[in-house]
Amino acid sequence: MTLSSAIAVVLFWAAGLAAAAGVPPEVPPEVLKAEAERIAVIEKAKDSVLAVFSAAGGGGGSGVVISADGYALSNFHVAMPTGPAMKCGMADGRLYDAVVVGLDPTGDVALVKLFGRDDFPHAELADSDQVRAGDSVFAMGNPFLLATDFQPTATWGIISGVHRYQFPAGTLLEYTDCLQTDASINPGNSGGPLFDARGRLIGINGRASFEKRGRVSVGAGYAISINQVRNFLGYLHSGRIVDHATLGATVGVDEERRLVVTDVLDTSDAYRRGLRYGDEVLAFGGRTVETPNAFKNVLGIFPKGWRVPLSYRRNGKRFDVLVRLAGVHSEDELLAKLSGRGPREPMPIPKPGELPIPAAKAKPAMPEIVRKHFDEKRGYANYYFNRLHRDRVWKAWNARGDFAGQDRTWLLAGTLARGDKFTLSVAGGQVVLSLPRGDVKWSVPEELGSALEPAGSGGLFAALSLWRRLAVEGLDKFGEVTYLGTAPWAGHPGLLDVLVGRHGGVECRYYFDVATGLLAGLEMAAHEHADPCELHFTEYRESDGRWTPRRIEVRCGDEPVADFKVDLFTVSRPDPP
Amino acid sequence: MSQPLRWIAVLALGAVGAGLPARSNGDASPPAGAGPPAARESAGATALSGTIARVQPNVVKIYGAGGYRGMEAYQSGILISPQGHVLTAWSYVLDTEEIGVTLSDGRKFQGKLLGADPRLEIAVLKIEAAGVPWFDLSKAPAVEPGTRVLALSNLFGVAVGSEPVSVQHGTIAAKTRLAARRGVFETPYRGTVYVLDAVTNNPGAAGGALVTRRGELVALLGKELRNALNNTWLNYAVPIAELRESVEQIRAGKLATLRPDEPAVKVARPRSVEGLGIVLVPDVVERTPPFVDRVVEGSPAAAAGILPDDLVILVGDHLVPSCKALREELRRIDAEEKVKLTVLRAEEMLEFVLQASLSGRKEAP
Repeated sequence: MTLSSAIAVVLFWAAGLAAAAGVPPEVPPEVLKAEAERIAVIEKAKDSVLAVFSAAGGGGGSGVVISADGYALSNFHVAMPTGPAMKCGMADGRLYDAVVVGLDPTGDVALVKLFGRDDFPHAELADSDQVRAGDSVFAMGNPFLLATDFQPTATWGIISGVHRYQFPAGTLLEYTDCLQTDASINPGNSGGPLFDARGRLIGINGRASFEKRGRVSVGAGYAISINQVRNFLGYLHSGRIVDHATLGATVGVDEERRLVVTDVLDTSDAYRRGLRYGDEVLAFGGRTVETPNAFKNVLGIFPKGWRVPLSYRRNGKRFDVLVRLAGVHSEDELLAKLSGRGPREPMPIPKPGELPIPAAKAKPAMPEIVRKHFDEKRGYANYYFNRLHRDRVWKAWNARGDFAGQDRTWLLAGTLARGDKFTLSVAGGQVVLSLPRGDVKWSVPEELGSALEPAGSGGLFAALSLWRRLAVEGLDKFGEVTYLGTAPWAGHPGLLDVLVGRHGGVECRYYFDVATGLLAGLEMAAHEHADPCELHFTEYRESDGRWTPRRIEVRCGDEPVADFKVDLFTVSRPDPP
Repeated sequence: MSQPLRWIAVLALGAVGAGLPARSNGDASPPAGAGPPAARESAGATALSGTIARVQPNVVKIYGAGGYRGMEAYQSGILISPQGHVLTAWSYVLDTEEIGVTLSDGRKFQGKLLGADPRLEIAVLKIEAAGVPWFDLSKAPAVEPGTRVLALSNLFGVAVGSEPVSVQHGTIAAKTRLAARRGVFETPYRGTVYVLDAVTNNPGAAGGALVTRRGELVALLGKELRNALNNTWLNYAVPIAELRESVEQIRAGKLATLRPDEPAVKVARPRSVEGLGIVLVPDVVERTPPFVDRVVEGSPAAAAGILPDDLVILVGDHLVPSCKALREELRRIDAEEKVKLTVLRAEEMLEFVLQASLSGRKEAP
C-alpha cells in the first residue's frame, strides 16, 4: 500500500474512531509534515505574486515578480487594457506603480516593471520541460478579484498534461506548448504564476476551458510554459511588441502517419536550407516532432529571427540544418492587434453592482515615476527600455575597446586557411583586401545592398565596413540602432544581446556576449529573401587597451566563405585625402 | 573590382572551423545546470508520473457523431482486452458507422459497436488490433469514500493523435445510488455510483478511467449528468463491479446490435413497424434513431401504450440503434409471436409487450 493511500485509510479510520469517541483524530506525523511543508512553500511564494489593476483601479488580473529590481510577468490580455501605467498589489499590502516594458500579443505575455524597491521578493524560474503529468502544482493570483487586501488566492492541483496546444482565440492567445492543470484557474487568475511543489515558477496562467457553466473553472486550465517565456524574455526587455515565428512551411500527416512538408515558401530560409514539399520532418528546435500539433508547439516557443535546428529526411537521407525563423505578422498587423478590442478570454468578473469595464474611461494622469520610464514610439510597447538596453550593450562593448570617434583605418593582417597571407584595411569609405595574387578595392556605396562583393559572400566588404562603423561612429552617428533582445548565435553557448543597426539600406545585427560584452558575431542582411553574410569573431586578445578578435570566420548560407586568422590588428593614421 | 569567382576560390579554402552544430532546444534557453535531454527525462520523473505514464495507454480517444457545442463529437474509452475491446459510455457519439478510435501511440482504428446496455449507459466497441495494453476488469477493486483517485480522459478533446490523455486528481467523496425519483437525474441508471470531487463532468470525459494512485482501475467515468431539480452537474463514475456482467454479456454476443453474419431467419409472416401501428420519424440520416412519430389508433402499439416521442431501444433483448435496425429485427419475428419493445421515455426505460395485430388486417412488408 502506498503512503498516500495508507494516509487516507488511517485518516478515515481515525476519523471514524474519533467521531465515535468525541476526541479529535490523531493525524500521522508524515501528514502533518507534508502539510507544514505545503504551508511554508505557499507562504514564501505568495510574496512574489501580484494583483494587477489598471491605473484607475479597476479590472486587471494577476502577475508575478521575477527579479529583485521589480521586473514582473503577466498576460498580454491583462496588461493591454490597463495601458502603459498600472498598479500592482503585493502580499505586503502595498500598492506599487508599474509600467509596461514589453508585450507579446500572440503568446499572451507581458513584461512590466514595478517601482519603489530594489529588493522585491521574486520567484525562481524553473525548467518547465522537467514537469510531468501528475506533478503537484499550485496557482496563485486574484481570481474573482477576491483579494481586497492583496493576499493572493492559492489553488492546488496536479499537472494534467504537458506540451499542450490550445487553438488561438481569434488570432491571439495561441497557447502553444502549454501546461495543463486541474488547479482552479478562474477569471482573475490570468497573468499569475503556476508554481511547482517547491514554489518555483513553471508557468503563467492565462486560459481555461469553459463551456456549459460559463466562465468558471471546470478542472482544465492552461499556463504558458516558463521555458517559452524565457526565450522571449530578452525581446520583452527590449520594450518591443514581440512577434512570433513562422518556418515558411506547413506540415501535415500523410497516409503512413509521417509528418511531411505540405507547403514551403520558396523565399523562406527553410527553402534555402533545402527543405522541399514532401520531405519528412524528423526534429525541430531540438525536439522530435511527429504531429502538426507538436510542430506548432515548437514553433510557438521561439521569437521571430531566431535560428533553430531542423532535421528532415528525403529518400532515406537525413539533413540537419539551422533555419532562420521569419515573423508571422507584418508590423502593421502586429500594431493592429494592439489597438483592437481586447481579446475576450478570461476577464475578471465585476463585483455585484459594478458595471463591466467600459471601453472608454477618463484616464487619470500617469504617475511621475511611470512617465519617467515610458517613451512612446511606433512599434514599441515602451521605447524607454529599448534605449536603456541599447546603451547598456554599447557601454559594455566600448569598455572592451574604445574606437569611438577615431576616423582611422583598421588594419588586419594574418593568414588564410591555406596559409596565404592577407591584409585587410577597413576605412570609412573603402575596404581593401590584399592577397598574394593582388588587391581588391571596394568603395562603400550609398546603397550597401547594391554592392555585395565578393560574390557568394553575401556582402563581406559591406559587413566589415559596418562592423567598423558601429565601433567608430557609435550609437548616435551610426544611423538607427536599436536593441533587439537576446538570441542564440551558432557556435556560442547561451543567448547573446543583439543590437540592430540600419544603414545604407541594409540591416545589420550585432551579437554580443552577455558576460564579456565582446562582439561574437555580425549578420548583415541586404535583402529579406537572401542569406545574410555572417562574421564570427573569436579568439579575442587584448593589446593597447583594446580587445580585438584574432579569428574571423565568414559564412553565407551553408557555405564557408573565408577563415581569417588575424595576427595583427592595428589602427592606422588617418586616411590620405 | 576583380573577377569575383577567382577571389572566392582563394578565400574559401578549407572548411570553416566553427561549424554549425545542431543545437538542441536546451542550448537556446538553458536553465543553469540543465543536462542533455536524456538526463533531464529521468530527472523529472516521479513514482506518480511513472504510474500515470503506465496506465495512460489503456485509455483511448473516441470520435464519432456530433460536433456541436453541448454535443461534442468525441469522448474517451478504455481498452479491456489485448485484442482491442473498448469499454465506453453509451452516447450520441456512437450514433454513426464511422466510430474512430485513436490509441496512445497515435494509431487510428475503426471502432465496431459490438453492443450496448442503455440501462447502464455503456457500450463495447471492437477494434482490429492485437497486443494492445488493457485493463483487466476482473481485477478492479472496490474502494471506499476517501480513496484518492486519478481520472484519465480526453476531456475537451485536448489530446490529439499520440498526445497523452489528460489526468485530474480527486477523492471519492461518496458511494451511493442515484436518486430513483423520476425526473431528478437525466439518466436511466439507478445503480451505485462513486461521487467525485474532481470536475469530471466535462465534454469528452465520459468513458474515461478512474484509477487509484497505484494505477488500479476502479470505475468508468460517467456522462455529463445534470440534476434536474437544482441544475447542478454531478461528477460521478460507475464502479466496475456494476458493469462486469453486462460487459460479459455484450462480449458474448447477447445484447448484440446487428447480426450481420447470421442469415436472416425465414419467417412466414414477418412483422413490421407499420403492422404494429407505429409511424417512425423520417429515416433520413445514415442511422436515424427510431423515434416514434405517431401511433395509429387502435393498433397493437396503441393498445400496449406506446406514445409519440418514445425512442425504441430494444426489440426483445436486441439493441436497435436505427430505424433500419428496428425494421430488420422485427422481420425476424413472426406475426403470431408477441413483440417485446423497450423504449426510452423521458429518461426512463419502459417495456411494452405488443400482441398480434388486433384487426387482423394484412401487414405491409
